Amino acid sequence: MNAPLLELAHIGKQFGGLNALSEVSLHIKRGEIYGLIGPNGAGKTTLFNVITGLYRADAGEFRFAGLRYHHPQPHRLAQAGIARTFQNIRLFANLTALENVMIGRHIRTRSGVFGALLRDAATRAEERACAERARELLRYVGITRPAQTLAKHLSYGEQRRLEIARALATEPLLLALDEPAAGMNATETESLKMLLQDIRATGITVLLIEHDVKLIMGLCDRVAVLDYGRKIAEGVPDEVRGDPAVIAAYLGNDDE
Amino acid sequence: MKSGRFTKKNGLFVLQLGAVLLLPFITDALLGRGWVRIVDFAMLYIMLALGLNIVVGYAGLLDLGYIAFFAVGAYCFALTGSPHLALAFPQLFPAGLHLSFWQVVPLSALLAGGFGVLLGAPTLRLRGDYLAIVTLGFGEIIRIFLNNLNAPINLTNGPQGISLIDPIAVAGVSLNAGEEILGITFPSVHLYFYLFLAFTALVIFVSHRLEKSRIGRAWMAIREDEIAATAMGINTRNLKLLAFAMGAMFGGVSGTLFAGFQGFVSPESFSLMESVMVLCMVVLGGMGNIRGVILGGVLLALLPEILRHGIVPLQQALFGRTVIDPEGLRMLLFGTALIAVMLYRPAGLWPSRVRRSELEADEPESTI
Repeated sequence: MNAPLLELAHIGKQFGGLNALSEVSLHIKRGEIYGLIGPNGAGKTTLFNVITGLYRADAGEFRFAGLRYHHPQPHRLAQAGIARTFQNIRLFANLTALENVMIGRHIRTRSGVFGALLRDAATRAEERACAERARELLRYVGITRPAQTLAKHLSYGEQRRLEIARALATEPLLLALDEPAAGMNATETESLKMLLQDIRATGITVLLIEHDVKLIMGLCDRVAVLDYGRKIAEGVPDEVRGDPAVIAAYLGNDDE
Repeated sequence: MKSGRFTKKNGLFVLQLGAVLLLPFITDALLGRGWVRIVDFAMLYIMLALGLNIVVGYAGLLDLGYIAFFAVGAYCFALTGSPHLALAFPQLFPAGLHLSFWQVVPLSALLAGGFGVLLGAPTLRLRGDYLAIVTLGFGEIIRIFLNNLNAPINLTNGPQGISLIDPIAVAGVSLNAGEEILGITFPSVHLYFYLFLAFTALVIFVSHRLEKSRIGRAWMAIREDEIAATAMGINTRNLKLLAFAMGAMFGGVSGTLFAGFQGFVSPESFSLMESVMVLCMVVLGGMGNIRGVILGGVLLALLPEILRHGIVPLQQALFGRTVIDPEGLRMLLFGTALIAVMLYRPAGLWPSRVRRSELEADEPESTI
């Protein structure tokens, strides 16, 4: 139980000659909300993509839920229990809200081609349960529009929430959110914060990249700061806030 | 109130079914037997278009070589259902293999499905235009192979093609001869119509079931956003291969029907233009929507025939001679229609989802 859920050791990633990440080590404990901050171009999204398997790390070690992964494929990691959202919303735009969440259930359901063709009792029951769970999740994240609304017709805030619902549908151990509050107004951010606290209360660990420092500071148990692909600080928000390196790199230095 | 609506719906369905069942007789009476044959070909195109719809419409993989699977199915029956194998392997098959149609159907479905995987496997990382180029190449490779595999062993008989393919027999009745059932004479083309209708119905059923399933949703997720789909745990490799295989199977089966119907196959039936035609049926009709694809198939299969039979007499009447060759006109009209559809109805003539979003407002039970 005390073993960390996610452990990264000496992760490195290069793009051409650019060291996007170097020697990044961190661990995320079960049940915490872990924040990842840093100025633009610091490597947050790169690290995020390494964690979710979209990028292959060039160096380092990756452990999730006690298992070590070499060059994990994204769909394997999703099956292992990492679900994510995207900085630029990536919903299945021409499918309905309900279908988006049902697709999240893909790895937790089983029926194949023969099930689809025969539509036997087991398949029908699975479909029903899948749709039912999807509707629950839509309600849970606070989407009150008809479930048949196309994802592209939802409002911006609803689309962000739908991404969270879709990620939750995969029954993750770790929910990784890439700037979930981007473009949200204060009210929306506040209700997002409540939603994330709710999610954590159900036992899901949350990893958060965010620009909104207030949100990070008010929500996260621990925070890591990246700058130029390196981790320059880690700790509880108050500690990090006072760290001179962080102040210099992120919160603005005296030149400004 | 509700039951009244349902009986009306059922009544409409019975009416439509009756119209479809009587179609060959109506066509025969109004337009002549030649047109029944044209309708038969239209059914083959519908099957092809529905097969391609799985690959292009559901999984979003642009395939420009789809006709290759049609060719695989056609040659599968041509080789196993004609005396031709006796030429290639006189010792092994002194009189040819002569498998029955019902044995060949699963065989060609499997073979075409295998070719689908063969095409899919190396193209998994490709998308959009790059995938289109590779699949186009694949389609041409198959055609060129068929054209040239008459030496050193005469497997395909080259450009001459294979003739004398056994007619399809259903319950011991050869469809090539007319048949009298319950006092009604069914000519050969009518019998083939009903066979094709049965297969088309099966293809529609399979498409529909797949569309509304976990597999179909996963395909559409890949179509909409492949990266998001993998992030949701969807194994895009397996599902893409499955889409290629399923689509190819439909193509293979309709190829087998084609070979039995024609009694003759040759490589020129499987040109790139045919792939483009089938793709246009899918795109024009409405990608991903079964009804749209059927509409596209009907329109594009019948249009050239209507032109052929309508334009020449029209020109004769107007100018006393044929000014424009109907074949050239076909391409002109076809291109114009395609541009018009892409400009004014980019999602196709009968796009999917439109109905659903229209119905949304008055469907209170779907609210959450």
